[in-house]
Amino acid sequence: MPNKKQFLFGITRDLHYLCAHIIKYNINQTNNHMATVRLKKGFDIQLLGAITNSGIANADQPKSVAVVPDDFHGIIPRMEKKEGEHVVAGEPLYHDKNYEAIKVVAPVSGTVQEVRRGERRHIDAIVITPDGGTDAVTLDVNRDAEQVLLESGLWVMMRQRPYDVVPAPGIRPRDVFVTAFDSAPLAPDLAVVLGDKSKYIAKGVEVLAGLTDGKVYIGVREGQNLDVPGAVVTTFAGPHPAGNVGVQAANVKPVNKGDVVWTMDIVTVARIGELFSTGKVSHDTIVAVTGEMVQQPRYVKSVMGADLETVLKNELTNVVLSRIINGNVLTGVKTEVTQWLRAPYRHITIIPENNKPDEFMGWASLCPSRFSIYRTFTTWLGSLKKPVSFDCRIKGGERAIVRTGEYDAMLPMDIYGEFLIKAIISGDIDKMEQLGIYEVAPEDFALAEFADTSKLELQRIVREGLDRLRAEMS
Amino acid sequence: MNKIEPSFRPGGKLAKLESVYDGMETFLFTPNATSRSGAHIHDGNDLKRTMITVVVALIPALLFGMYNIGYQHYLAIGQSHEGWFTMFLYGLLAMLPVIIVSYAVGLGIEFISAQIHHKEIQEGFLVTGILIPLIVPINTPLWMTAVATAFAVIFAKEVFGGTGMNIFNVALITRAFLFFAYPSRMSGDEAFVKLDSALGMGKGAVVDGFTGATPLGQVATNVGDQLHMTNIVGEPISCLDAFIGFIPGSPGETSMIAILLGAALLLITGIASWRIMCSVFVGGLGMAALVHALPSATYPASMLDPWTQLCLGGFAFGAVFMATDPVTGARTNVGQYIYGLLIGVFAILIRVYNSGYTEGMMLAILLMNAFAPLIDHCVVSSNIKRRARRAAAKE
Repeated sequence: MPNKKQFLFGITRDLHYLCAHIIKYNINQTNNHMATVRLKKGFDIQLLGAITNSGIANADQPKSVAVVPDDFHGIIPRMEKKEGEHVVAGEPLYHDKNYEAIKVVAPVSGTVQEVRRGERRHIDAIVITPDGGTDAVTLDVNRDAEQVLLESGLWVMMRQRPYDVVPAPGIRPRDVFVTAFDSAPLAPDLAVVLGDKSKYIAKGVEVLAGLTDGKVYIGVREGQNLDVPGAVVTTFAGPHPAGNVGVQAANVKPVNKGDVVWTMDIVTVARIGELFSTGKVSHDTIVAVTGEMVQQPRYVKSVMGADLETVLKNELTNVVLSRIINGNVLTGVKTEVTQWLRAPYRHITIIPENNKPDEFMGWASLCPSRFSIYRTFTTWLGSLKKPVSFDCRIKGGERAIVRTGEYDAMLPMDIYGEFLIKAIISGDIDKMEQLGIYEVAPEDFALAEFADTSKLELQRIVREGLDRLRAEMS
Repeated sequence: MNKIEPSFRPGGKLAKLESVYDGMETFLFTPNATSRSGAHIHDGNDLKRTMITVVVALIPALLFGMYNIGYQHYLAIGQSHEGWFTMFLYGLLAMLPVIIVSYAVGLGIEFISAQIHHKEIQEGFLVTGILIPLIVPINTPLWMTAVATAFAVIFAKEVFGGTGMNIFNVALITRAFLFFAYPSRMSGDEAFVKLDSALGMGKGAVVDGFTGATPLGQVATNVGDQLHMTNIVGEPISCLDAFIGFIPGSPGETSMIAILLGAALLLITGIASWRIMCSVFVGGLGMAALVHALPSATYPASMLDPWTQLCLGGFAFGAVFMATDPVTGARTNVGQYIYGLLIGVFAILIRVYNSGYTEGMMLAILLMNAFAPLIDHCVVSSNIKRRARRAAAKE
C-alpha cells in the first residue's frame, strides 16, 4: 500500500524508531507549546452524498421522541418515571443503578408512552409523546458544578478514558480532552452543528477547567480558528482519525494506567456552557443528513431523540434498499426508519444496504470502481480521492490476522494495535494493560476495521475487552 | 448455487460437504453478507484477493521454471536445437503432475479439516500449493511429494489452527521433510534435471559428460583455489547465466529475472513487506562480502563473489516469496528489519561454512521463523516499557 513518499518516509521513520529504542526516548513526546501535530497514519474515505451547502432546514415537531439507554455506555438504568406519567423537558427519566446521582433526562415535555424492553428486560428505548409544551426544568447553577451536571443530564454526554464509558462521579479527571472537529467520512462541520451555541464555549471550558486538576485540551483542524481562554488548543493535521478525541489525547498527553480523563466534543462543551449561563439545557440539535441514498444532503435542526420519519421527511430515496446509520459509516449504529435520532451523534448517514448481489468472482475483479485502499485492486490507478459509492457488504470471510501492519497504518497512536487486539481476544488482562488498552476506545479501531483484510469485528473486540477490564477492576 | 444449497445445510443429504459448498460458493460469488455490528463499510480487499495476487506473482517463476526444465532436458539428451515451445511443453508436462498432486493432497486435507471443525475453507493453501512444485526438485517421485505435503499441512499448519496460525512456513516444511527423509533424492546428479520422458515426450539418450549437479553443488565439492562452475554438459557458466536462469535447480529458483518480476508485483501491491525483502538481500550481500573477503579453499563457497552468491540457489526465491510470509515472519516494523537481516546472514553462513548443506536458505528461514515471535516480543516490550515509564514518571 505505501506510495513513493510513504515508502521513503517509512524507512526514515523506522530508523528513527530504531534509534529511539536504542537511546530510549519517547518518539511521540509532544511539547505543550508545540501547537501543531501532524498525523501521517489513517485514511480519508470519500463517499458520495456529501453536503454541499451549509443551510439548515427546520424539521417539523417530532411525533415521538425517545431516549435510548445503549447510547450511554456504562450506565445501568433504573426507571424514575413510569409509562403514562407526564415529564417536563429536563426532568429525569432514569438514573444509574450504581450512582443514583447520574440522571438521564427527557429531551422534551410530554407523556412517557412506552418503556420498550428487549431480551432479558433490557430497556431498548423510552418513548415520549411530546405535548408541544415549552416548559423546561431550570436549575440553580450557583452550586457545585458536578452536581449541576449530574442533575442536568449533560453528565451522560461526556465519556471517560479508560473504558470509554460515562464518567464515574466523585473523581477529578487528570485532564479534559475536547475535539472541535469530526474527520469521519461525510462528517458534519461542527461549526455548523454548533449554530448559535458557539458563544457558550468559553463558559463551558471555564466550568470544565474547574472540575479538573489538569487542563482542558481542545483539538482543532488545520485552518480552524478557535481561541478559547483557559484551554490549550492543539492543531491536528492529517487524515481521519485525526478528529477522534482519543487519537488527539494520545498525541498530546497519553492516558496512563491509573489516569482518568474526560473526553467529549465541542458541542457538548457549548451545551455545558449554555446550562451554566442560562440554567437550562438545550436539547435542540443540528444533524447532518448525508449519504448516497439521501435526495438532498443537508443540515437539519430538530430535537435530540426525534423520530426519524419526521427528521428524514422526503429525504429518503428508497427505504427498502437503504441502511440508515445514526452517526458515520465507521462507528455509527444501524437504525430503522421507525426509530429515533440518537443523542451522541451529530450525523445521519444513509447508504445502500447491498447494491451488488451475487458479484461473480469479485476477488478476481480488475474493475477500478471496486474500491480498495490496497493496491491489490486497481482503484489506486485512478484516484483514491474521488467520492465513491459504498454499500454494507463485508466483501470477504472472517479470517485469522494474516497481513502485517494493517492496523498500525490506521491508528496514529504509539500502540501496537495488532498485539493489543490479540491480547484482548486471548483475554490476557495484564497484556491488555501493558499494550495500552486504557488509551483506546472502540471508535479508534473503526478505520482499521474498515481496512482489515481479515474482516475481524475490531470495534466489538475492543468494546468487549474494555468491558471485561472494567468488570475486573471494580 | 442457491437451488442446490439446502441439501448442503445441516440435515440435508450432503451436509458432510457443507464446507466444500461454502468454499465453492464464496469462490464463485463475493459473499453477500452485510455488516451487522461495527463498521458499516468494508474495504474491497479480502484474503482471497491477497493470496491470488501472490499466486500471480509466482507465475513468471513458474513459466520460466517449466521452460528451464525442458531446456535442461534437451540439453542433456543432446537436442538443444529444439524450439522453445517444445522445451516449454516438456516442462509443462513434467511439472503438471507435481502441481496436481500438491494441490490435491493439500486442498483435500484442508477441506476435510474445515468440515471437521465446521469452518470455512481458508485460502492459505492456494499459495503453498504452487510454492511446493516450485521448490521441490523435479525428479522427486510424486508419492514423496504427496507424503511431504500431507505431513507439512497436517503437522505444520492444521495442528496449529490452520491458515494464519502456523509457526513455520508450510511449503518450506514440505521441502525440509523431503530433504531430511529422502536426502539421496534431494541433491547430487539426479535430482534437478529430468532425464526420462515426460508423459511420453522427449525421449532420448543422455549425452556423455553429463553432470546434473547445481552450481552450488559443484562449488561445495570444488577442490583447489579456483572455482569451476559448469552447466550440465560441461561448459563454463557465469553469473549472467544464473541471473537469467539457465542453470539446473529447483523449478522456481533458477531465474533471478522471473523472481524479480514477482517481487515487483508483491512490492507494488504492498502484500510482501519491503522491509523483510530488502533486509534479506542486504544481510545476504553483507555476509557474502564478508566471507568473500576471507576466501579459503577449505570452504570453497567463500570464493564466490557476493553477487553470484545471491543469484545462485534458492536465495532470491526464498527472500522474495518465503521470508516475506507474513504469518511466519516478524510482524513489527523494527522486527522485520532484524528478521530479514538475520535470514540473509544465516543463509550465507550455512551455505559457506557448513559443508553438509550446500543451500542454506531453507534452514535460515525456518530458523528465523522460530525466532520471529521472540524478535517481536522484544520490540513490543520496548513499547510496553516506554508506557510503564511514562506512568511511573507521573507519580
